[in-house]
Order: sequence, then structure tokens, then C-alpha cells
Amino acid sequence: MLVSIRWLKEYVDIPADLPAEALAERLTLAGLEVGKIRYIGVPQQNVPGITVPPSDHLVWDRQKLLLGKIVEVKAHPDADRLVIAVVDYGGEALEECVTGAPNLFAYTGAGPLAPPLWTPFAMEGAEVWDGHSEKPARMILKGRKLRGVYNRAMVCSEKELGLSDDHEGIMLLDERTVAGYAPGTPLQDVLGDVLLDIDLTPNLARAWSIIGVAREVAALLGLPMHYPPTDVRMDGPAIAGRVDIDIRRPELNPRFTLALIEGITIAPSPLWMQLRLKLAGMRPINNIVDVTNYVMLETGQPLHAFDWDILCRRAAQSGAAHPTIITRLPDAGEELTLLDDSHHVLDAHNLLVADTAGSLSLAGVMGGLESEVQPDSRNILLEAANWNFINVRRTMQSRKLSSEAGLRFSRGVHPGQAEFGLRRAAELMRVLSGGIVARGIVDSYPLRPETVRVDLPVAEVRRITGMDLTPAEIAAILRGLQFEVDVTGDLLHVTVPDHRLDIGTGVIGQADLIEEITRIYGYDRIPTTVMDDLLPPQRDNPALRSEEWARDLLVAAGLNEIVCYRLTTPEREALLAPPGESVDLPENAYVTLANPISQDKTVMRRTLLAGLLDTAVANLRQTDRVRFFEIGSVYLPTPGDLLPQEPRRLGILLAGPREMAWWDLPARDGRFDFFDLKGVVETLLAGLHIEKAVYEPARHVSLFPGRTAALTIRKRPAGVLGELHPKVAAAFDLPDGLPILIAELDLEVILGAARAAHRVSPVPTQPAVYQDLALIVPEETPAASVDAVIREAGGDLLEDVRLFDVYRGAPVPTGHKSLAYALTFRAPDQTLTDKPVNKLRERIIKAVGQKLGATLRD
Amino acid sequence: MLDRLEELYRQAADDLARITSSEALREWELGTIGRKGEITLMLRQTGQLPPEERAAFGKRANEIKNLLTQAHLEREELIREQELARSMEEGQVDVTLPGRVTPVGRLHPATRTLREIYDIWAEMGFQVYRSRDVETDEMNFELLNIPPHHPARDMWDTFYTTTPGVILRTHTSPGQVHAMREYGAGGTKPIRVILPGMCYRYEQITARSEVQFNQVEGLAIGPRIRMTDLKGTLTEFARRMFGADRQVRFRASHFPFTEPSAEVDVTCILCQGQGCGVCKHSGWLEIGGCGMVHPAVLRNGGYDPAVWSGFAFGIGPERITMLKHGIEDIRYFWSNDLRFLNQF
Repeated sequence: MLVSIRWLKEYVDIPADLPAEALAERLTLAGLEVGKIRYIGVPQQNVPGITVPPSDHLVWDRQKLLLGKIVEVKAHPDADRLVIAVVDYGGEALEECVTGAPNLFAYTGAGPLAPPLWTPFAMEGAEVWDGHSEKPARMILKGRKLRGVYNRAMVCSEKELGLSDDHEGIMLLDERTVAGYAPGTPLQDVLGDVLLDIDLTPNLARAWSIIGVAREVAALLGLPMHYPPTDVRMDGPAIAGRVDIDIRRPELNPRFTLALIEGITIAPSPLWMQLRLKLAGMRPINNIVDVTNYVMLETGQPLHAFDWDILCRRAAQSGAAHPTIITRLPDAGEELTLLDDSHHVLDAHNLLVADTAGSLSLAGVMGGLESEVQPDSRNILLEAANWNFINVRRTMQSRKLSSEAGLRFSRGVHPGQAEFGLRRAAELMRVLSGGIVARGIVDSYPLRPETVRVDLPVAEVRRITGMDLTPAEIAAILRGLQFEVDVTGDLLHVTVPDHRLDIGTGVIGQADLIEEITRIYGYDRIPTTVMDDLLPPQRDNPALRSEEWARDLLVAAGLNEIVCYRLTTPEREALLAPPGESVDLPENAYVTLANPISQDKTVMRRTLLAGLLDTAVANLRQTDRVRFFEIGSVYLPTPGDLLPQEPRRLGILLAGPREMAWWDLPARDGRFDFFDLKGVVETLLAGLHIEKAVYEPARHVSLFPGRTAALTIRKRPAGVLGELHPKVAAAFDLPDGLPILIAELDLEVILGAARAAHRVSPVPTQPAVYQDLALIVPEETPAASVDAVIREAGGDLLEDVRLFDVYRGAPVPTGHKSLAYALTFRAPDQTLTDKPVNKLRERIIKAVGQKLGATLRD
Repeated sequence: MLDRLEELYRQAADDLARITSSEALREWELGTIGRKGEITLMLRQTGQLPPEERAAFGKRANEIKNLLTQAHLEREELIREQELARSMEEGQVDVTLPGRVTPVGRLHPATRTLREIYDIWAEMGFQVYRSRDVETDEMNFELLNIPPHHPARDMWDTFYTTTPGVILRTHTSPGQVHAMREYGAGGTKPIRVILPGMCYRYEQITARSEVQFNQVEGLAIGPRIRMTDLKGTLTEFARRMFGADRQVRFRASHFPFTEPSAEVDVTCILCQGQGCGVCKHSGWLEIGGCGMVHPAVLRNGGYDPAVWSGFAFGIGPERITMLKHGIEDIRYFWSNDLRFLNQF
């Protein structure tokens, strides 16, 4: 919301020496965040301790941009389309300005003007905006001859001053604008202004008007409020009996008020009003519509003007003696065309303002096309109503409509404001349009809100804020915000004013008031303390702690952590199955967004694999070697449950050359393969002190058959690891022929088996005996079986078994492979000799021979 | 014989003085004072001399052997020094050549910042409580004092799911009610928790906004928690996170689940409050929102708001990371470009 400080000053006497920047800072700290400060002609001020964005706006030179008074308009001797304005600018002599402004032509040759025309006047050397330039451009006014007449000054348009884009004619200032100023007054003093662009949070609906902001300013500065008068001169015949109001749903329409202004003449509104509307970002239309908008900006109460004669005609057509305004929900399928020409088939909750002939406007949001004010309207029925804010918000959402009125109503306007707005607008219309206001108003107020009263003990303020404020201090702050306060000892009886809807009752009302007290008192004045409250029971979070432990182990293993979008598409995840196959999915497999924002993010992921592959593709464009992991949730809806399961998973991906090359040390050939991936998993499990891990050949739709293992930890399935299926690699646009090693593991199973307090063995004191053993086994014999048989046969003295070579080829018979093991034997309490070791070795050879058909390789 | 000995001695001493390599020295040693060296052999021949010459010869021979042995040791030391000096001369490397770096992995910047946040709060007695990403409307909004269709809902652009009443959480605040109900023992026990997690907003992805982002919310509930504590505690956090010399500012704001509510700003870490592009020339950086827990929320968590009070706050780890490292595009976080990740 753009707030003119000049306008604000009508309601609160902001000290002249308070810079706009300091006022903006006070408002920002009090919760009315000033997002931007816009300067109209006046300079920015440097306030110590306050940093504001530097502004490069046009500053009106106090010596050269002045208030001028045109005393006569003369014809130009040599040009039909130019005239000479004779201007009194406070100087010793009158100044003649040549201008092409068409709005002066009517005065040409009429002799001395009475009354004179007031206008902004620029002397040569003044900086102004170039009125003729398409793009914003500044210029320094230079004296020059225009068709033979020397011209060293200029009368200005709004565009030349930076007030609007209007360059149709020069600015002619109305009486109210120039009242009290003499010719030659610096223009800064007459028209200069500062606009505060305030971002209002939803709870500050009451401040969505100039008066609303003025109340906050008054409270913050400790100054009184001056409300505008609400007297209306009512000279016309009484309104009573000429129009009725029929509210069908009071909970949606607590109040509806009407006034009637007859005999008006539609005309442009005066410059002061047009200027305020323009500076607030609204377009002036005419003296009736502008008043409704002006009063809405001023008071926060939206208004609507109907053409009274159209309503009377509609009443007559429907057989009624006079118009009745009916507010009601629409009939099934009812339609309405609005002011903006949009046509609507209404939803059941879209409240309507209607009459006996049908619908008129969409309540609280926008007027209808048929009954709006016309250029030749003579009589106006003025509406100031109140609507349920939730219903207005729903209607704006369902109808996809927005309007200044709707925005205000949807945040909440107190019904007490309707009559204030109505009276203010009726009087302004009377004055500006020459109409006569009918005596009285029609006020239907079926749902008058109860006056809110809150008892606030001072102790409660202390309990929540930690500050010792006195009852008098608290009362003063609340009264500054227009609350009524009675103090009885340490108890404050607070009555909420009829412009606020945001104060509750009981303990919530107390909290609402405490917020107001601290906000106005100033958060910067609240002291800081260290919590001396009870320290709650301290709780460990083992799941998080072990997850971070796993991250550290994987990073130590050389992997980079990635974090992917958890939103994806079923189509993306379907690519994880090679063409012709499909990922086995249950029905309603996905948490699906009802309102996705983009086509590539429609569901919550069920797997980490697609994200890992997408990340690999992107990075393999820049580098040939990637190693990373992700730890995060997947989302699995389960039948019968409202919410999905969100298990944590670990994804790992490796691809590219195994070794890095150095300037003196070329990398050995070899790319990451299955065993590098398995090594990462083994490193992780070893780091977590998980021993009972079993890897078994497995099949997975995304993985290379025969290069895929299922991991089982303590008999619980813990995920798969393997080489990516080449067809899946192709589907993800991964480089052709590059092995991609990928794993998706169940983090909860892994971390559930992690042991932080594992047993540590004593450091051996006895020497070990080392023996190598090469065994020839059939090709299909898994290494894990050989390892297991060796360990079993070796018994307790066999400390370690390490496979150090796998060999195929002569002299090993075809269909067989040679596995070479380094065996470490050690006794805990004595030095082992060859004799028992050789016996064990024989036992091992026998065992593998019997159980696996292995033979010793010579 | 003695003359011969003296001759050998002179010769050996001369030879030794000319030796410059350890190989030649070894040869000299073998030829003179070694087991089969000439001096040694001569000494062994002492017994063959006439008895009257033996004593003098033996004495002199031993003397010479000792002298030569001593000279050998000195020469050996000298040569070792020379050779070391030579090898140092020859073995110099270009220290400006690049080292062989151990390729290490790196934590994602979001994880690093989360850990930093956990650590600071842990020292103040706040433990991590995690809750789910896919939430009910009731938990995400209604129990946090945000009724259906309330204008306050405009503060969050929400992703709805096809299951009515189920949404992606827009903030980690639902964890407040979860934690109160789980840890509060029916509103009888104090609580201090922080609630980290991924949140989701219906927003176009731009350099400044993301559809998913981490948030860390904090909650302290107790019989005597005051707004001065909120200010003190968050000021402490801000100084630990951004530097001890930071100024911290509390600005009134609005969140439906806290009252009073505030935004917390710190003096800009780039311009020290002088005004720059990062702080939009305000001199301040907004680091989070906070406030005293709204009585309705306390009630929904099982606490009597007339007896218990509390504060809550929310901060954005990605935003904090961006401020600290001068990152201008939030899209870097989930795009996982190693050229970004490797900078941490």
C-alpha cells in the first residue's frame, strides 16, 4: 500500500522535523514494513543510524521550481498552436512563457484572468522530466526562442514533474491545493511528498487505509488522532421508504448501509483528489467513482455507487414499487457479468448483491456491469456494506478475481466502519458533484458484533514479556491505539475499538493485547535475558546421530553428498525399468500433487535412483569421474493410511576412472566396477561396526543381471547394489558404455544394526604365522562360500582370511578358477609353531575339498 | 721391516687424504687396516721378527694402525658430509609443482549448515526432533491457529495432494504440535527442541525462490519463558552463527502461531550495515521469524496457556548459507553441480 505522508498529516500532526526515513523505520520496527520509500520532488534525508536505498528521483529545485499564477493567456503572434502564459511567480516582474498546452487555449485573449490559474512554474536551469520523450529522460530547462518569442521559463505538466505520465496539458492546481501559498512558493512545499510503500501482514487489515496507518503513527509518536468530519448535509427528501434492504444470510453479510444522492453532475474530480488517487496507484474516473475509491483509501471501507435510476427501472420491470437491495447466495447456475466485462457462472458460496430483478454485483468483490455509474447518471445510490472475510476470500479464489475492495474485505473490515465510510463519501459526493443528499441513511445491521472486552492483569504482561511495565505505561500505549482502558489497581479493563477484528477474548485476547503493547513499546527496548527456566529432560536423537555418522563415513570414503528434489514424475521413475519391462508398482503408488507447479514435479519420489542418475548425467558433462551419495526420504503411500510412509534411504553412485592421474604418475586403466561400489558399502558397514552383512546375487529391474547383489543385514533386507542396466543408462542419456554403479539401501535397517559401543579386541602380543593357500574351485562356486568353509575349518586360531588373487587360465582347468588366500594364524597366549598350523592347513584343505570340491593349486 | 712399515704408513696416509668417495674409502680400508689389509698383515708378522725387535715394531705397528683407523673415521665422516651435501644439491625438487591431492568427499552445504545450527542449539539444551514431510492440513495449519480459508493462509503457497486434507508441509511448524504432544506428557513437562526438515512451497523456481527448502524451527516451552528470553536466546544464536560483533534487531511481524511475533535481522555481513545490494541497502539481513507461542497453539499441544509459556523461531539454512558464502542463486543447492559442491 502506498501511503502519502502529506495525506497522513491530515489526521496526525507528524512533527515537521521528523524525517520520512525515520518515520519509515519506526513503522517497520512496529510491524508495518516499509518496503520502499518514494520521493515526490523532495530530497532524501540522511538520518544517522538509518540505512535506506539511495534514491535517484528528481528533486525539485527550491529556487527554480515554484508555484506560479497565470494572470493572463495571450495569443502567440506567429503560431496558432502556441499561446503565451503570463505568470506571476513571485518575481519582480511577470514572466511570459510560451506553451502549447491545449488546456490554456480556452483562456486565450480573455484579458486578465479572474480567478487566476495556478500552475507549477519552472525557471531556466531547473531540472525536469522531458515531457516529449517516450522513455523517461531528464533535461535542464534552457532559455530559447520559440517562434521569435524568447522563453526562459515554463509552465509544467504532471509528466514534467514526475507526478504521472500525463502530458496532455499543463497542471492547473485547484484552490484546495494552493490554499495558503503565495506565488513563488517552492513547489516542494506545495506538492512535494514522500510515499511509503507498506507491506501489510494479514493481521494488520485495520491499517489498510490512510487513517489506519495514521492511527499507528499516532500511537507510535504519542500524538492525538484527528478524524475527518462525518457530518453530511442532507437536504433531500428522506430515503426511508424509497429503498429497502433484505439480508438473507447475516453471517455472510453482517451489515448493509445505503445513502441516496440526487441531482448530481458527473464531472472530473478536483485535482487534489485525482493526485492522491494517482499517487496511491489508482486511476481517476469521475467525481462519483473517485469518491468511492478515495474514501476507501482514506477509511479502509470499500464503497459502491449504483445508478439509482437503473435500479428504479429494474424494480418497476419486476413489478416492485421501489428498489429492494437483496443480498443472497446465487441460484443454481446463476450468472453475472462484472464491471471488468468478465462473465461468471457462480459457485454456491459466491454471495450476491441483487434486487428484485436479479443480481447486481458480486458482494464485496466487484460491481456488475449493468448498474454501474454512467456518464449521464443523475442520481446515485451509495452502498457501504460489510462481508464475511472468509467468504470473500473464497469467492476471489474460486472466481480468480482481485480488486481493491475485495482485498480489503478478504482481510477483514469491521462492520462498525460502514456508516463512517458511507457518511464520508455521501458528503464528498454532495460537495463535488452538486447533488443533494436524501435525508437519513438506510442501515440494516443484523449481526452487530459484541464489543470485545479483555481484562489484562499487569502480572500477565510481566509473565509473557519479562518486563515490569506499570499499569499507567500499559494504559497509555493502549489508549494511543484507541483502546478504552479502565485501570483498577493492577488490573486493566480494556475495551476494543470498533475498527479492529483482531483482538480475541480471555487468554487469547490478553496475548493479542500484549503483542500490541510490546509492538508500540518497541521491541528494541525489550531487554535480553538468558533462560533460567527448567531445563527439560535432555533427549538423544539416535536416528539423526547415526545418520550423520553414516554421512561422515561416506564422505571419508571420498563421496560427495548430494541433495535432490524430492518431487519428480511417475514417467521419470518409469525410466528405471528397461523398455518392455516395468517397475512393479502398487495401485496409487505415488503421493500426487493436486496443484503441481511444473510438469517435471508432479509426485513425491518413491526411489532415490532417478535423482542419482539425473545428477550423474548433469555432472558427467563437466567431468569424467563422479562419486556421490544421497540420504533422504522416499514416500510410499500405504493402503488404508491417510499419510504415506517416509522411510529414509541411502543412494550411492560411482562412475568413471577408478584412479586419478598425476603429472608424474599416469592413472592405471580401469573404471569403477561392482567391487568399488561394494567396497564403499563395506567401508560404511565396517565403520558402523556392522558385521553380519550378507551379499547375495540378486535381480533388480534397473540393474545388470549377474552384477547385482542384495544386501541382508541381520536377516533383514537392506537394499540392492549393482551395475546399472545398459538400457536404463541409455534411457537416462548416460554416456554409452560407461559402467554406472548404483545402490539404494534401506538406511533404517543399516543404522538399526550400527553399534556405537562395539567390543575392542586386545592388541596381540604373540607373533602370527602367515600362510598362503591357492585353491582351484568350479567357476560357479561363490567366493563367500570358500571363505566361510576356510574360516569354519580354521577355527579360533585362524585370525584372518584375505583373498589376494583370482586367476583363470592354464594350468587351471577350464570351468574353474583359482582363489589365492593369505591366512593369518595366531594364538592369544603362546607362540604358534609350524606343527599346529600345518595341521590346521591340512584340515582346511580337506574341508574345502569335501564341501566345495576344491583342490590345492601347486 | 720397520722401514717397510713406515713406508706403508706414509703411502696409506697419503692415499687416504686423496679419497673422496665412500666406495674408494671402503677399498682403502680393506687394503690397509681391514682384516687382510697390509698393515694388519704386517702386524700379524710381528711374531716372525727377532725377539729384540718385536716390542718396538709391535708398538709402532699398533700405533700406526690406530692412527690410520682414526684417520679413516675422520675421513669417513668428511666423505659422508660431502656426499650428503652432494645428494641434497642433486635431489632438489620444484616445490611449486602441484601436490598429489587425496580426493576427499564433501558434505552438502545444507548439511554443513544444519550441523552448525544443531551444534549451537544443542549447547543451549535444544535437541533435534524430526517429523514427516507429507502432513495433514490440520497439523500444518489448523492446529497452528490458521483456520481453513483464513487470509493468513496467503502467507504460504501450498502444495496440495490428491488426498483431501493432505499437503506437503509448508514449514516445520507442525513439528511443534507433534513435539508438544509427544514430549509434553500432557502439558506437564518443559520442552526445548529444534525441528529441522524439508519444506515445500508452490513457487516458481528462480534464483531467489525454491519449491523445496530446509527449515529449522525451534521451540521452548516452560513455566517461566519470557519474551526477554526469546530475545536473549536468539541474539546469542545470531552472534554464534554470524559473528560476535553482529548487531541483532527484532522487528514486529505476524505469524498466526506466535504472539507477539518478530522478524530477526542481523547487521549485513557484507557491508557492516552501510547498505549494499545483498541487504537491499537496508544494512540488515533478515535471518528468521520468531515469537511467543500463541495460547491457542499451546492449548493444541496440551498445555494450559495461563500457566505455561514458550517461544518459537524459524530459520532457513539455505538462506543462511547463501548469506555467509555470498551465494546469489538458490538453485545451486538442489542442482548438485560438483563445481558448486566441491567449493565446500
